[in-house]
Amino acid sequence: MILDSKIPEGPLAEKWTNHKFNVKLVNPANKRKYDVIVVGTGLAGASAAASLAELGYNVKAFCFQDSPRRAHSIAAQGGINAAKNYQNDGDSVYRLFYDTIKGGDYRAREGNVYRLAQVSVNIIDQCVAQGVPFAREYGGLLANRSFGGAQVSRTFYAKGQTGQQLLLGAYSALSRQVANGKVKLYPRTEMMDVVTVDGKARGIVTRNLVTGAIESHSAHAVLLCTGGYGNVFFLSTNAMGSNVTAAWRAHKKGAYFANPSFTQIHPTCIPVSGDHQSKLTLMSESLRNDGRVWVPATKEISEKLRKGQIKVNDIKEEDRDYFLERKYPSFGNLVPRDVASRNAKYVCDEGRGVNETGEAVFLDFRDAIKRDGEDTIKAKYGNLFDMYQQITGDNPYQVPMMIYPAVHYTMGGLWVDYNLMTTIPGLYALGEANFSDHGANRLGASALMQGLADGYFVIPYTIGDYLAQNSNERISPDHPEFKKAEVEVSERIEKLLSIKGEKTVDFFHKKLGKIMWDYCGMARSEEGLTKAKAMIKELKKEFWSNVNVLGGNEELNQSLEKANRVADFLELGELMVDDALSRNESCGGHFREEYQTPEGEALRDDENFAFVSAWKFLGEGQEEELNKEPLEFENVKLTQRSYK
Amino acid sequence: MNLTLKVWRQKNTADQGGFKEYKISGISEDMSFLEMLDVLNEDLSTKGEDPVHFDHDCREGICGMCSLYIDGKPHGPQQTTTCQLHMRSFSDGDVITIEPWRAKAFPVLKDLVVNRSAFDRIIQAGGYVSVNTGGVPDANEIPIPKSIADLAMDAAQCIGCGACVAACKNASAMLFTSAKISQLALLPQGQVERKIRAEKMVAQMDAEGFGACTNTGACEAECPKGISITNIARMNREYFSAVVSSDSV
Ligand code: FES
Repeated sequence: MILDSKIPEGPLAEKWTNHKFNVKLVNPANKRKYDVIVVGTGLAGASAAASLAELGYNVKAFCFQDSPRRAHSIAAQGGINAAKNYQNDGDSVYRLFYDTIKGGDYRAREGNVYRLAQVSVNIIDQCVAQGVPFAREYGGLLANRSFGGAQVSRTFYAKGQTGQQLLLGAYSALSRQVANGKVKLYPRTEMMDVVTVDGKARGIVTRNLVTGAIESHSAHAVLLCTGGYGNVFFLSTNAMGSNVTAAWRAHKKGAYFANPSFTQIHPTCIPVSGDHQSKLTLMSESLRNDGRVWVPATKEISEKLRKGQIKVNDIKEEDRDYFLERKYPSFGNLVPRDVASRNAKYVCDEGRGVNETGEAVFLDFRDAIKRDGEDTIKAKYGNLFDMYQQITGDNPYQVPMMIYPAVHYTMGGLWVDYNLMTTIPGLYALGEANFSDHGANRLGASALMQGLADGYFVIPYTIGDYLAQNSNERISPDHPEFKKAEVEVSERIEKLLSIKGEKTVDFFHKKLGKIMWDYCGMARSEEGLTKAKAMIKELKKEFWSNVNVLGGNEELNQSLEKANRVADFLELGELMVDDALSRNESCGGHFREEYQTPEGEALRDDENFAFVSAWKFLGEGQEEELNKEPLEFENVKLTQRSYK
Repeated sequence: MNLTLKVWRQKNTADQGGFKEYKISGISEDMSFLEMLDVLNEDLSTKGEDPVHFDHDCREGICGMCSLYIDGKPHGPQQTTTCQLHMRSFSDGDVITIEPWRAKAFPVLKDLVVNRSAFDRIIQAGGYVSVNTGGVPDANEIPIPKSIADLAMDAAQCIGCGACVAACKNASAMLFTSAKISQLALLPQGQVERKIRAEKMVAQMDAEGFGACTNTGACEAECPKGISITNIARMNREYFSAVVSSDSV
């Protein structure tokens, strides 16, 4: 199959405008004849569901949490980018576009990214109109801060809870449509499969997480806004429930999966403290505005520190290595995430890590507090400092924070065209669930931007184009295709419940996570990946013969929920490894040890790998087929990324 | 450390439910409270017993999903969420009692899991500004004094966990409801629907079966996000000025 990205013709700056004019429209009176299913109620899902309902479509919105307000977008701390240039510091749509393409290490589509930068400005307007309490200056105008990978201040924020405020804004818009009767909510409901009829997505099969009921829902289009799959690593900054199931089931029904190995390892997370650890906590990247990252200059000093023979505050200035500032004088501590993470790994690999496990570096506010006073720092980061203290027991006003990279975001996801449609007609993927805008590395404060761009400003236009060309005839959820899918779902659940093996679900999840982190994490090699592939296959076999899922289907059953998700992670893990193996270059978050510059930077191979890898599922137990969508750069010159 | 847990077990809403005691050992003080329960659940699962069900998701204090009533306090001894409570707040040998939120409007679904959809319905009643996507003014068109924006943000921080209801002897939802009403009443964007919003949200709150507020302040004391009861006072002003001057509802 030829992957047609459907990027409109014409100059970059006019593509979206032209496209909006050229798409077909559904007449206002006819919109109520179309039903749309939205799975997931994070930024992408809630904004899409609300906006489509406002237009007049009938929307059904599903989430596995007890309320749509709890989707994991809520945990985003730092901010949201927009090319408003309110600071008069040289920002523009083009600059945001350029920074994003460059930050993504030239593995994203120009057309998509430009559109993202264009609509970024509308997002801020929309959120303010909803009553989102963004941070403001004394004059009453909106405040901005800087984020990694940019030299302008374009990040809007609401304390350290920007994701929360944006999500609650979208949730309020969604709630209004629920009250208007245009959206029907299905909380505590998990999507188990996509149903296609005549090759088009016509609905989903769900499991009610309280009663276990397996149900079918039909519609004219289905939107997957189900987030990323970082939990394949077990330990990540994702919420415990974040999963790949919806996207994976769609993949197995024919939706291509793009760049699955592109994972973002976030540099500033609280280090792992023991085997009991269930998740990792992110400390917002905004902290790198004022915090300085360092480790002791020598292994010997680090060793003493780890043994408790010296205290961090006793380490003399000349014995501190501010390695990011040293290596990247122009961006300093604000280099992009992949670069910051990799460098933290290097210094720890050299034996200069600073905590008991040797896997941590300092993020130090001493100088910022000296310069601006404790009150100023408290005003900016107070809640983050409190959270850090709550978790670690250390007071970051007195001793530097300790941080280490952790899995945070997945740039890969379902392949979509410019209209956000997957390779299954009528099935769309929005937000983190798709692959489209961040290339091989996402810049900070761009996830919120993309989720809301897709939901508020892209899908309302592009879905009309599809629906207008399809009949509004409804299909019964008793249609044989739905019945068939229901049977498959029930059989799978039966199977999970009947294994009655000896190992818990978490046992398998942790094991998978360790394999992924060791071999498909911050650094990858052909040797390691090959090994990982064999290990995952083995683990998958063991899972299906020795997992113990307690309880039954007809009840609230958290082990069954988990087992169902972990089964999909096991399959996804193998595909991620395949993807990492097939990409013989390093780019952004994908770092193959065989391909690096003499300074240890990612070495791209534009001649052979300037493409999107889109994987097609061919059948259980078969290797997937790699399809390539070439990336064409007409506006940006591909260069070695430099942040020096 | 070694602990004794008295945990509320209830098969489903119809079941009577009751406490069950578990001994647990090898708990480190770096663990979060929920990680301690993970250990218990791994234990139970390995033994083939149904694990203790509880709600949780982000485990970083922001989604509001976790909701345990620990030793007679929502979210336990610290003013934080259950997921951010760490075992260093307990000592070896402690007996810890764990219950679900108790409120008529929050029926128990299983063990420690309750249904909080009533909160969603309160927001649906009016917790929004009625603007559609698109066609809104530039974000900087209406300056908002920093002090007002900050106050609105303080109220907007509510995570909707329901600790306020669980803490209140009347199971009142005033703190939750007032936080949203306050946020929008403070901001210029919320002015147009200010009255109708207060009326409708308060009416929905009552319809859900939440109790009356008797100003004991227990909600504020237990709120993991420090939402202030001044919001309740503001809501009352909003509400009374609305009913006095309006003809709707
Ligand atoms: S699990 Fe999200 S607030 Fe506790």
